[in-house]
Amino acid sequence: MTGSDRLPLEGCRVINFGWVFAGPYLATMLGDLGAEVIKVETRSRIDSMRLSPDNLDRDPDRDPWFHSGVRNQLSVTLDMDQPKSIPIIKNLVKISDIVVENFSPKVLKQHDLGYESLKEINPGIIMISLPATGHYGPLRDAQTYGPSLTGLAGIDGLVGYRGERVLGLQQAYADVNSALHGAFYALAALHYRKRTGKGQFIDMAQLEAVISIAGEGIMEYTMNGNILGTLGNRYPTMCPHNNYRCSGEDKWISIGVKTEEEWQGLCQAMGNPSWTQDAGFADKYSRLKNQEELDRLINEWTSGFDYYELTSLLQEHGVAAVPCLDTEARFFDPHLQKRQTYLEVEHPLTGVDFIANTAWRLSDNPTRIRHRSPLLGEHNSYVLKDLLGMSDEDIAQLTEEKVVY
Amino acid sequence: MTGLKVVEWAEFIAGPYCGKLLADLGAEVIKIEKPGCGDEARQRGPFPGNIPDPEKSGLFLYLNTNKQGITLNVETATGKGILEELLRSADILIEDHPPAWNEEMGLSYEDLRQLNPSLIVVSITAFGQTGPYRDYRGYAINSSALGGQSVCAGEPGREPLTPPLCLGHYQSGAAGATAAMAAIFARDSNGHGQQVDISEAQVWATLHTGNQESSFIMHGMKRMRWGHRTPGVYPYTILPCKDGFMSMIAIQGYQWKRFLELMGGGEVPEWYSSEPRYQDRRELSLKYADEMDEKLAPWLSSHTKTEIYRECLDKRVPFAPVRNIEEVVNDDHLKVREYFVQVEHPVAGEFTYPGAPGKCSETPWAICSPAPTLGQHNEEVYCQRLGYTRQDLADLRMGGAI
Repeated sequence: MTGSDRLPLEGCRVINFGWVFAGPYLATMLGDLGAEVIKVETRSRIDSMRLSPDNLDRDPDRDPWFHSGVRNQLSVTLDMDQPKSIPIIKNLVKISDIVVENFSPKVLKQHDLGYESLKEINPGIIMISLPATGHYGPLRDAQTYGPSLTGLAGIDGLVGYRGERVLGLQQAYADVNSALHGAFYALAALHYRKRTGKGQFIDMAQLEAVISIAGEGIMEYTMNGNILGTLGNRYPTMCPHNNYRCSGEDKWISIGVKTEEEWQGLCQAMGNPSWTQDAGFADKYSRLKNQEELDRLINEWTSGFDYYELTSLLQEHGVAAVPCLDTEARFFDPHLQKRQTYLEVEHPLTGVDFIANTAWRLSDNPTRIRHRSPLLGEHNSYVLKDLLGMSDEDIAQLTEEKVVY
Repeated sequence: MTGLKVVEWAEFIAGPYCGKLLADLGAEVIKIEKPGCGDEARQRGPFPGNIPDPEKSGLFLYLNTNKQGITLNVETATGKGILEELLRSADILIEDHPPAWNEEMGLSYEDLRQLNPSLIVVSITAFGQTGPYRDYRGYAINSSALGGQSVCAGEPGREPLTPPLCLGHYQSGAAGATAAMAAIFARDSNGHGQQVDISEAQVWATLHTGNQESSFIMHGMKRMRWGHRTPGVYPYTILPCKDGFMSMIAIQGYQWKRFLELMGGGEVPEWYSSEPRYQDRRELSLKYADEMDEKLAPWLSSHTKTEIYRECLDKRVPFAPVRNIEEVVNDDHLKVREYFVQVEHPVAGEFTYPGAPGKCSETPWAICSPAPTLGQHNEEVYCQRLGYTRQDLADLRMGGAI
C-alpha cells in the first residue's frame, strides 16, 4: 500500500466559532482529515455542548457528548464581547484557511467579524456559515433548535405510525446533516481556491440543506400535489418492510424485502407456512395491499427468536435483516467493533472515553485522534504565543482583563 | 469542480446523491446504467399523473441532474473492458456493489488500483467493505437499525421507526462526497488514489448516534424512544394545535417563560406559577409531562400553526410548526431565497425540484442539464470520448454490451 502519514488536510488551518452543534461537528470532520482546528470559545458563554444533559458532573471539561463530538480540535478562550479580543481573532483569521460558524446571522457582524471584514484581512479566506434559516429572507432571525428544523422542513410530519399522530425524529438531525453537507461544501471551496486563488462565503441554511435530502417527498407534491402524512415504516417499493418483535425486552429486527427472490427466501426461512400461499400474498402488489396482515403474521413468527440468531437465519436465505441496536448493543456488536466504530481515547479528567469514529474510512488515511477533546482554553499559550507571537506579559494582562477568558 | 471526472456506477439513492453533489458543483459525471431497465430509481416514481414511466420518475429526475447517462452491461467481457477504459482516465468512481461481487468480477479496489493507481474509489454499501456483516444484504431500513437511529424514534413498547424516505442513503451519499474530496487533496500531495469505504450503518452509528456511546461508557446512560417527546427538559415535544402540530423545544428557562407569557396574554398563567411541581423543568419532563400536555391543549387547540408561529417569532420563542410538504414548497422565506428551482426535462416536462444545500458566493451551483434519458449520451461518450465509430456502437448494442 501507499500508506501515508500525511493527512489529506495537513497544513490547512480552521477557525471554529461554532457552538452547539452543527459548526463543531463540521470542524471535527475537517480536524479528523488533518486540518489544525482552533475552537474559539469563552467561559463567559460556555458552549452548551460542554454542558449537555448527559454531563452529570456539570463540569465543562467532562461532557461525554463534547468528548466525542469535539476532538482533533484545539481550544483558545477569547471573549468576543470584549472589544480587545477582536484584533486578536482577526490576526488568527489572517493565518487561517477556513472559518466555520453557526451563530444567528447578525452575531459575527456585530463583532466586526462578518465575512466582509474577514475578507479584507484575508482575501483567500473561506467562510462557511450554518445558520438555521440563512443569512437573508423573512425568517432570517427566527430562533430554532435543530429538532424543530426538521419540522419546519417537512420531514418530522412524516415520522409517526402510519396514519397516526406526528411523533417526529426527536433528534437534531438538521445539525448533523448540515455539518456533513457543510464539510463537503468547505472542501469544494478549498478545491476551487487551489485552482483560482479565490476564497468565498457559503451561506448554508440548515433548513435548506435538510430539504435537499427529502427530494422524494418534495417531488411527490410538485409532480402530483400528493401531500405525504405519517408513513410508519412503509416504503412504496418494498414489502415486507418493517421492524419486527424478537424475544427479550424491546428487541426488534429490521426486515426489508424488495425482490421476489427475497420474498421466497423469507418464506423458506419461515418454513413455508401455509398462509404464505394465500392469494393475498401471491405477488408484491397483493402483499403491499395486505401489508398490515402480513406484518402481523411475520411478527408472530419473529417474536420467538433472538434477534442475532434470526439475523443469521434470514441472511443465509438472502433476506436483508439486522437487529435494531440500542446504545448498549451497538457498543458490543461484533461488526461495529471490528470496524472500530468507537475509539478508545484517554482523557486526563475522565480516564478512558469511547468516542465515535469518523463516518468514512479512507484506505490510505485512517482516522487518528491526534488531539483528544480539548479542555477549555487548553491551547491558549500555543495559539496566542506560538502562533500569534504575543508576549507572556500581554497574555497575562489580557487574562486579567478577562479578554482571554 | 470543473475538470473533475467522475464515473457513477451506482443506483437508487446513495451513490447517485453522492454523484449529484459533485455534478451540481461542476464535476463531469458519467452515469452508467444497466441496458433495458436502467437505474432502479426509474421504477420508484413519483410519476406525473401516477402513470409509471421510467423517464418520468421524480426520484430519478431529482437525483441525476447534470449527469451524462450511458448504458453499459458490465457483466459482458466487452462491457467490462469499456468500464475499464472509462476508469483509466477518471478521477473518481462511485460504486455500490456487494464487495464479494466486485471481487468475483475482477473489479475489486485492488484490481482497479492496478488499472489506474490514481483512481479514487468511493464504495457505498449498507455495512462497508470489511467486518463480519460485510456480505449481508441491507437496505436503508437495515442500516438505520444497526446504526441505532431506528430505536430513537417511535413510542415505547411499539416498533422502532426507521427515518422516512430512506434518509440514510442521503447521509451515506454526502459522506461519500466529502471523503472523496479529502481523497482528492491526499492525491494532490502524493499522486495516489485510495478507497473510500462508506458503510451506511456506520454513518448512523458515528455521526448521528455515536455520542451516545460516550454517555453510556461514562454514566451507563442509554438513549431510547419516548414517542412525541424527549425527557430531560420540558418542553421538548411535538403537540397538536388547531390545524396540525407544533414542535416545541425550549432549552433555556427564559424561552419557556416567554411562551407562558405569550399564552397567558402577557403574564405567566396562574395555574402554572402557583404550582410548585411545575417549577423544576427536569422533574416536569420526567413526572408531569402528560399532565402538562393536557394543560397546554386548550390554548394550542384554539390557535393555528400560523398564528402560533407568528406570535413565537414576535416574542422570540424558538418553537416552529411541523409543516407539510405543500407548506414547505410554498414558503415565503424559501421563495425570497430562491431555494426551489424549475427544471425542464425533455420527456417528463417542467417541475419544481429542491435546490442547492448551500449558497456559495463563488463556486457556481446550477442545474445545467436535467437527468439523462436512458442511454442519452451513449454516442457522445462512446464515439466522441472513447473513439468508437457509429458502426461499433450498433455492434455493441446488438451484442448486448450497451
